[in-house]
Amino acid sequence: MTVALDLGGWDAAGPWVERANPTHPSCVDTAHLLDELFGIVNVPSGIWIDEEGVIVRPPETAYPGVVKQLEEWAGNPPVTEPDPYLLAQAEETMKMQVRPKKYYYALIDWVEHGADSKYALSPDEVVERSRPAGADSSLAAAHFELGQHLHLAGDPDAAIEHFREAHRLQPENWTYKRQAWSMADPDQKPTDTYETDWLSDVKKYGPESYYAPLDM
Amino acid sequence: MITDSLEVSREAFKAATGWAIKPQGACKAEMCVPLGGLGASGDTFDVAPIAERMGMPIVHDEAHGVWAIGPDTIGKVLKSADAPDLTLPEYRGGEFSLSSLRGKKVLLLAWASW
Repeated sequence: MTVALDLGGWDAAGPWVERANPTHPSCVDTAHLLDELFGIVNVPSGIWIDEEGVIVRPPETAYPGVVKQLEEWAGNPPVTEPDPYLLAQAEETMKMQVRPKKYYYALIDWVEHGADSKYALSPDEVVERSRPAGADSSLAAAHFELGQHLHLAGDPDAAIEHFREAHRLQPENWTYKRQAWSMADPDQKPTDTYETDWLSDVKKYGPESYYAPLDM
Repeated sequence: MITDSLEVSREAFKAATGWAIKPQGACKAEMCVPLGGLGASGDTFDVAPIAERMGMPIVHDEAHGVWAIGPDTIGKVLKSADAPDLTLPEYRGGEFSLSSLRGKKVLLLAWASW
């Protein structure tokens, strides 16, 4: 199943689902509950759950298949792009390590072999790999949820201070940042609304840390 | 968890946080955190002292009369490998529960339009 972490609900995520026309369940999570419940901090993230409802791999960077856009860009960046910001975004994106084929073949191995797959983790390993339930990330979650609530309640201006606080408290949570930036500017460029933007933060923390390396 | 009152129902608290407030304490999966009798009886309870025990921050927006209660700060985000219950709106209409996929292997993929 897929879950869109989208404050904009189906207005934002719906056109993508409609175009993909999936046969699997497709849900939307306007409050980013998955961040809180599973410890997701960026997308795409994948979680493997067995037939008994037991997690066998906690959230990790998940590109199940070839990332066509990155392949097209590899060695052939869109140099004709007239917008320097978007070009710089593309350059930083190409430095990210997503290993889609590794993830895909590991997933197929688990589907075929189940608990005997070397990629299926024990319950203790799953908990051990789970993110720490830290005070700052918890407070960030509270601020983000409050911001989401105020935004959907019709007071987006009141939401901004809570989104900013969530960003400050948990800077490694890209879902909080990308969600808020995108509402101020679809390309997540610098705005007066937020102190940071996609490109400056990716450069600050390093594109190699944008997605945690696959440990499989 | 969003609430317009710090007096919350047992059901709403469990639905939002996964923690069941029982006489023996706050329980999730195989873990129970003693609460010294807080919230031991009644359909509702004062969430503030329980949140404090659980390391759950409370953020108040006075102008709108709402509070947000953050997740606990005990150990790891996943207390066990049992997948938490999750029910969300589905594209074709209605709600969809992760638990309805029991008996099948599941890839839960989080994505976004932004």
